[in-house]
Amino acid sequence: MLFGRLSLESLPLHEPIIVATFAAVVLGGAALVGALTWFRLWGYLWREWFTSVDHKKIGIMYMVLGLVMFLRGFADAVMMRIQQAIAFNGSEGYLNSHHYDQVFTAHGVIMIFFVAMPFVTGLMNYVVPLQIGARDVSFPFLNNFSFWMTTAGAVLVMASLFVGEFAQTGWLAYPPLSGIAYSPGVGVDYYIWALQIAGVGTTLSGINLIATIVKMRAPGMTMMRMPVFTWTSLCTNVLIVASFPVLTAVLALLSLDRYVGTNFFTNDFGGSPMMYVNLIWIWGHPEVYILILPIFGVFSEVTATFCGKRLFGYSSMVYATVVITILSYLVWLHHFFTMGSGASVNSFFGITTMVISIPTGAKLFNWLFTMYRARIRFDLPMMWTVAFMLTFVIGGMTGVLLAVPPADFVLHNSLFLIAHFHNVIIGGVVFGVFAAINYWWPKAFGFRLDPFWGKISFWCWVVGFWLAFTPLYVMGLMGVTRRLRVFDDPSLQIWFVIAAIGAGLIACGIAAMLIQYAVSIIRRDQLRDESGDPWNGRTLEWATSSPPPAYNFAFTPVVHDLDAWDEMKRAGAPRPAGNFRPIHMPKNTGAGIILAGISTVCGFALIWHIWWLAGVSLAALLITAIAHTFNYARDFHIPAETVAETEAERARQLAALKGAAA
Amino acid sequence: MPSLSPVSARLLRFSMLLPLAAMLSGCDWVVLNPAGDVARQQADLVVISTVLMLLIIVPVMALTVWFAWHYRASNKAARYEPEWNHSTQLELVIWSAPLLIIIALGALTWVGTHLLDPYRSLARIDKERPLHPEAEPMEVNVVALDWKWLFIYPEQGIATVNELVLPVDRPVRFRITASSVMNSFYAPALAGQIYAMPGMETKLHAVLNKPGNFTGFSANYSGAGFSGMRFALRGVEAGKFDEWARNVRAGSQDLDRETYLKLEQPSENEAVRHFAKVAPDLFDAVVNLCVRPGKMCMSQMMALDEQGGTGKAGMLNLAALTYDKNGREQISAILPGDQIAASQAFIKALCADNSPLRARSAEVGAPESLSLLRGANLPSPVRSGTAETGKLSLAAPVPAKSPVS
Repeated sequence: MLFGRLSLESLPLHEPIIVATFAAVVLGGAALVGALTWFRLWGYLWREWFTSVDHKKIGIMYMVLGLVMFLRGFADAVMMRIQQAIAFNGSEGYLNSHHYDQVFTAHGVIMIFFVAMPFVTGLMNYVVPLQIGARDVSFPFLNNFSFWMTTAGAVLVMASLFVGEFAQTGWLAYPPLSGIAYSPGVGVDYYIWALQIAGVGTTLSGINLIATIVKMRAPGMTMMRMPVFTWTSLCTNVLIVASFPVLTAVLALLSLDRYVGTNFFTNDFGGSPMMYVNLIWIWGHPEVYILILPIFGVFSEVTATFCGKRLFGYSSMVYATVVITILSYLVWLHHFFTMGSGASVNSFFGITTMVISIPTGAKLFNWLFTMYRARIRFDLPMMWTVAFMLTFVIGGMTGVLLAVPPADFVLHNSLFLIAHFHNVIIGGVVFGVFAAINYWWPKAFGFRLDPFWGKISFWCWVVGFWLAFTPLYVMGLMGVTRRLRVFDDPSLQIWFVIAAIGAGLIACGIAAMLIQYAVSIIRRDQLRDESGDPWNGRTLEWATSSPPPAYNFAFTPVVHDLDAWDEMKRAGAPRPAGNFRPIHMPKNTGAGIILAGISTVCGFALIWHIWWLAGVSLAALLITAIAHTFNYARDFHIPAETVAETEAERARQLAALKGAAA
Repeated sequence: MPSLSPVSARLLRFSMLLPLAAMLSGCDWVVLNPAGDVARQQADLVVISTVLMLLIIVPVMALTVWFAWHYRASNKAARYEPEWNHSTQLELVIWSAPLLIIIALGALTWVGTHLLDPYRSLARIDKERPLHPEAEPMEVNVVALDWKWLFIYPEQGIATVNELVLPVDRPVRFRITASSVMNSFYAPALAGQIYAMPGMETKLHAVLNKPGNFTGFSANYSGAGFSGMRFALRGVEAGKFDEWARNVRAGSQDLDRETYLKLEQPSENEAVRHFAKVAPDLFDAVVNLCVRPGKMCMSQMMALDEQGGTGKAGMLNLAALTYDKNGREQISAILPGDQIAASQAFIKALCADNSPLRARSAEVGAPESLSLLRGANLPSPVRSGTAETGKLSLAAPVPAKSPVS
C-alpha cells in the first residue's frame, strides 16, 4: 500500500543495456552535481537561472532542455537503426520486443514533445519580446512556471527509463492497445502524466505569448509591421491555445478509462477507439504546424538579413501563415484514411491537405524571390536555409502524395511515411532550429559560433539526413511497414545498413555541433561581437547590446516601418543619451520550480498508484499555488542611475568600435 | 588511369556499378509493380501525382540553386536591388501556379478516391477485361488476432491461419475485423490496406491478376508479436484453387468456437494452419464480440436499446456485456451455465433472434465507367430510403448516362 505498484521488481535490473545506461547516468550526474557543488554554483543557478522570470534566460533554459532531450531521443534513434540493420536471417537483433517497442515510442514522444517543442518555445521566448520592443512577456512568472512544467514532463519520461517502463504503444498511444486490458503496466501512465504536466506548461506559454504579442508591441508597430517571426509565433500560439486543450481532454478520457473503468475508448460497453484517433489527431495535425510555423519565421528573418534585402512579398507571407493556421484544423483525417470512412470524406480531407501546399508553396517562392537580385552572404544560418529549401520541397511533395487517399492506402504506415515526416521535421524544424541557433547565438551570448565546426556539422547533417532517409523512401515503395523489429526478407538488409550509416553521419553532425559550442565558448574572445548587430540585422532585437541588458531597451523604441532596426540605421536614429528613468521589473520567484517539482511527485504517485502521496502532493500543489498569490513582493525598480551607467557603458563600447573601424 | 588496360578499366567501372545494380535488381518494388488490378491503379496514381508535382518542384529547386549561386555576395556582377520587394505579377504567378497543380491533383483525387474506394465493388478484372455486373465476388472474412491472421472462406466452408490463397482473376470481397486491438490488413501485391478493428467491420474489394507467392502483413503496430504477424498470399489458377479448398476440407481439424477462443489467445510467429470446417456465424460473432459463451452480442445490445433498453433489469447482467475490460478476453464461459440460458431467454423475449445479426454496412456499387479523368458515371449517392438503416447508400444504380460520354 505504501508504495502502490512500485516494488524492487519495477527496476529493470535484468536489462543489461538499461543498467549500463543507468550507471553512466548516475556517474555523469554525480560528476555534474559534484562539480556544481565544488564550484559553488548552486546558489548562482538558483538565483540567476532557475528562479529567473527573465524571458531571455527562460528561452535559453528551454534550448538547453531541448538539446539534452535531443541527445536522448537521438540515442533511441540509433538503437532502432542498429536493431533494424542486424535483425535479419533469423537473428532477433539485440533488443527484445518489450525494449524495442518502448524505444520507438519514447523516440517519437521525446522528439516531438521534449525536443521540438522546447526548441520552438525557447526561440519564441527569447526573440519575440526583443523583436516587438518589449521588456519581457506579459506574465513573467507564468513563463517560468511553464518552463518548469515542461521540464517536469521530461523528468517523468526520463524516470520511466530506470523506474518501471515506458509505453509500448507508438507515440500517440492508440487504444485499445493503450487501454488497461492490453497495457496493464505503468508505461502508458508515464506517457499520460508526462504529457499532461508538460501540456499545462505549453498551453500557458501559448496564452502568455499571445498576450505579449497582442498587447506589448512597441508604439507604431501595427500588426502589418510585425516581423515575420513574430507573426508566425502569434499564429503558432493561437494554434497551441486552440489545440492543446483537445490533447488534455483526450488524455484525460484515456486516464479515466484506465483508472476508474469508464468506457470512452474500450472495445466493449459502447466505447469507440476511433474517437480517440480522431481526437488525438485534431490536436496532432495542428501540432506539426505549431512546430513548423515559427521555423518558417526563422527562415524569413534569416533570408532577409543575409540577402541584405527586404523580404519579398511580406503581406502574402503573412496571409499565407494565417491561411495555414486555419487550414491546419481541417485536415486531421488524412492520418487515417484507411479507417474505412467513405470516399467523399476521404477526398474532402485529402483535398484540404493539398490546399495547404498552396500557401506553403507561396512562402517558398517568397524566400526564393528574396534571394533574387540579392547579395547573399553564405554564413551558417543562410546555408541551413538553402539546405532547408532544397530538402523541404521533397518532403512537401511526398506529403501531398500521401494526401491522395488511394496513394495513402498503399503507403500508409510504411517507411515511406516515416521518411516523409522526418523529411519535413528534420529538413524543416531541425534545420531551422540550427539556423536560428547560429543566427541568434551572438545576440544571446555576445560572441559568434565557430563557423568551421559549424560547417562540418552542416555537411554531416545534410548528407547524413539523405543517406538515412532515402533508403526509407525506397523501402516504403517496396512495401515495408514501420515499427518492425525483425525481418524475414534478406534483400532489405542492405537498405537498413545504408540508413544506419546515415544515422552514424548524423551522429558526427551532432558531435561537431557540440564541439562547435565548446570551441566557440573557449574562443569567445576572438569571436566576440560588441556591435550587438553582427549580421547587419533588420529587426529590433539587433538594436540592443549582445547580450541585451535585463530590461532589453532603456526606452521603448518607436516603430515607423517594417524592418524597424534597418530603418533606424538608415535614418541614423541617435541612441538615447540621458533622461533615464527607473525601470519597473518583475522579481524572481521560486514558486514555478517548486510547483513543477510537486507536480512531478504527484504525477509519479499517480503512475504508481501511490494514492496517499498523490493526495498529499495534490493538496501541497493547491496550497503552494494559493500561498503564492499572497506573495506581494513581485516587482522592483532598476534605479535610473544603474540604467544610465549601463547605457553609458554601451555607448562607450559602440564609440570604441566606431573608432576602431575609422 | 593510363596504366590500366581498357579491359580492366571497363571491368573496374563495371565492378563499381555492381553493388548498385545488385541492390536495384535484388529488390522488389512491389508497391509500384503489384500483381492486383486495384494496387496497379493505386500505383499509377502514385506515379501520376508525383509527375504532376515534379512540374513545379523541379523548377523551384533549379531556381533555388541558380539564385543561391548567382546572387552570392562575391559575385559583384549580379544585379543588387535591396529595395525590390514586391511584384503583383510575380505574386499572381506564385499563388496561381501551385493552385493550378492542386486543382488538377484535386480532381484526380476526388475521382480516384471514389473509383478506388475499398468499399466499392469492382467493375473490371483488369485493364482489358470488364466484369459482368451480375458477377458475385468471392467472400473472404479476415480476423486479425494477436498476432496472426485468420481467413474464413464462407463459400468453401474452410478457414486458414496466416495463409491466404486466392484464385487468379476472381474478384474478392474481404470483410475485415480484429479480436483485440487495431491492425491494418495489407498485402501490397493485391490492394491498398484497410484497418482491422475490434467490434467493427471494414471492407475491401480486390482482385489478384497473377499467380505467384506474395506476402501480406499487419501495417499497424499491435503489440509485442507485431513483427511476426505476416501471412503468405498465394495466387493460383481457378482449378488449382478448388483443388486446394477440397484438400483443406478433407483435413481433420475444425474451427468451432472453442478452438477459435484458444486460437485467439496471444501467440507469435504462428505457422500456417488449415481448418476443414468453420462454426456457422463465427465471423459475425467475432465482429459482435460474442464468441465466448454467455456473452451478449453487440447487435443484440443495439436491438435491445432500439426497443427502449432494458431499464434497471439490464444492470443485472453486466457480466454478459463485458468483453476485454479486465484484461484479455478469456476462454471460459462468461456466466455459469444455467445463467447463460436465462440470459439468452431474456434476449429472446425481447428480440426475435439471439444469434448475432449481421452488421449493417453500406455497399458501394461498381462504377460504370473507369475512365479516370472524366470520372463520369459514378453512381450518384442516393438515400436508400428505408427507415430501417437511414444511412446514406451509394448502391443505387445510375439511371442515365452522363451527357459527356
